[in-house]
Amino acid sequence: MKSKTNLKTVIVDTEKNKRSWMEKFNKTILYLFLSFGVGITFFPFYYMLVLATRSREEIFNFPPPLWFGGSSWDNLQILLEKLPFFQNIFNSIIVSSLATLLVLFFCSLGGYGFAKYNFKGKEKLFFLMLASMMIPSLLSIIPWFIMMRYFGWINSFKPLIIPGAANAFGIFLMRQFMEDIPNEIIDAARIDGAGEFKIYYKIALPLSKPGLATLSILTYLGAWNNFMGPLLVLQEKSKYTISVALSKLNGNFETPWGATMMGTALGVLPIVIVFILASKRFISGLTAGATKG
Amino acid sequence: MRLSKKAAPYVFISPFYILFFIFGAFPIIYSFFLSFHIWDGISPKEFVGFENYIFVLTDPWFWQSVWNSLVIFILTTIPQHIIALFLAFILNSNLVKLKNLFRSSYFLPYITSSVAVSMVFGMLYGEHFGILNAILKYMEKFSLIGAMFNIINLKLPIRWLGEAAWIKPSIALLVTWQFTGWNMIIYYAGLQNIPESLYEAAKVDGANMRQVFFKIILPMLRPVILFGVTLSIIGNLQLFEQPFILTPDRTGGSGRAGLTTALYLYRTGFNWNMFGVGSAMAYILCVFIIILSLINSKIFQKR
Repeated sequence: MKSKTNLKTVIVDTEKNKRSWMEKFNKTILYLFLSFGVGITFFPFYYMLVLATRSREEIFNFPPPLWFGGSSWDNLQILLEKLPFFQNIFNSIIVSSLATLLVLFFCSLGGYGFAKYNFKGKEKLFFLMLASMMIPSLLSIIPWFIMMRYFGWINSFKPLIIPGAANAFGIFLMRQFMEDIPNEIIDAARIDGAGEFKIYYKIALPLSKPGLATLSILTYLGAWNNFMGPLLVLQEKSKYTISVALSKLNGNFETPWGATMMGTALGVLPIVIVFILASKRFISGLTAGATKG
Repeated sequence: MRLSKKAAPYVFISPFYILFFIFGAFPIIYSFFLSFHIWDGISPKEFVGFENYIFVLTDPWFWQSVWNSLVIFILTTIPQHIIALFLAFILNSNLVKLKNLFRSSYFLPYITSSVAVSMVFGMLYGEHFGILNAILKYMEKFSLIGAMFNIINLKLPIRWLGEAAWIKPSIALLVTWQFTGWNMIIYYAGLQNIPESLYEAAKVDGANMRQVFFKIILPMLRPVILFGVTLSIIGNLQLFEQPFILTPDRTGGSGRAGLTTALYLYRTGFNWNMFGVGSAMAYILCVFIIILSLINSKIFQKR
């Protein structure tokens, strides 16, 4: 028995030695490759910032500018002449925040329902919910717009907040996180006389904070980046969310490119900063939610 | 009011079903109803049977849009998933440090809005001022690369968004840049689920890196690949923002080479107010998505 283990370690050791110089060589290449990828990923963001600080004339120079210029203030002025830009950012904040709050409540509630109860029709209802995720959203876009018109929701934020307030993905994600809550705690609370909603609110919710964090970032991003919905229902400049506002800037020959890039940067940077601050937790939450169960 | 334990779950999950019925299921059914009518949204609806379907299926622009979507789908999905798998494999292999930094960096394009990144790529693709052409022009100066450009008959500057032949690759390049990181995260999660003991056994048996990759990782990742590619099919066949922002006139550009089905559907429905035709188009597109997904699951499902 002992000799066998020894043999194994010997094989593994020689294998290690044989590979050590290979690995060193490989490592340099791997790091170069990975860094090259990071460069490609970041370059468009960097270039966006460079162009946001350049005047229209400088942008059309050849070779193109690669370093920051001094026209940021002018670009911002032009941008604010074309659009109520800070109002647009504020609209996006309002829409995304309200959407996130509703999603957190309804999806955690639904996730708790699926994770911690046995009830008649559970399997079928769960399957129906998952199946609804696979339906292409384009299938319903025309009637969706007609409905919004019929409800008188055109030019309001309601169509961007209410229809997605309890969505299948969010419920699925929250269920993944809530399945880990021990049944004993819930039963104990029941014996102590807590009501079902109170158990959800006082026990399940605080125990699934990582899930809630992941879901809130995802929802916030989704609402912030949503485009076709707001494009269809928002009609006044002062109601535009940031994506719609940006899309109205380009598309003709007089596009003020520097100002457009300034707007793009202002629309993207808050999200990028939030993501960088929360990315570690967010990605581990995402992978945990995606692979469990 | 106190919820009984029996009623509680139904109450808890009901918001989803209520909202899904109103804003999900009902529009789908209503869309089906509309697809058999001619309606501009104002005048009375007129029942026309299968006319809308026949109109769409015999419309050359529709078929061109399907072709465009398919080409973009292939041009982006294949590199996207290969690079993503490779990146996930490297990051999972314990050979490199700073994993979190790399993961977050690659994920960044996914979280930024398609509209914003499309606008930035529009600048990169500029014909006379874009950085991509500037780099190519610089590279052309090296005789070897210049000769290569000659062989493949590459004329600079490239009219990325102006010339029909380049529009689809331009859109595909952007989509690949945008979504590779997302796929990498999916594959990374999948790799984390492969038990360590499998690698150890392979090591003892003297398997090399390539064997580990093709004999263990790929077969084990099959369900994850199936999931990732299915998402790519659903996403790519509904590609809208990128061609909408990138093509100069928002109609798909020169020769309609960037007119995806989603963009065509948008124009049919909301620019020309042909709600019935648009609904029929949506249903036909949905059938294509289902067919592609089935082919995909045939390929990647565990045999």
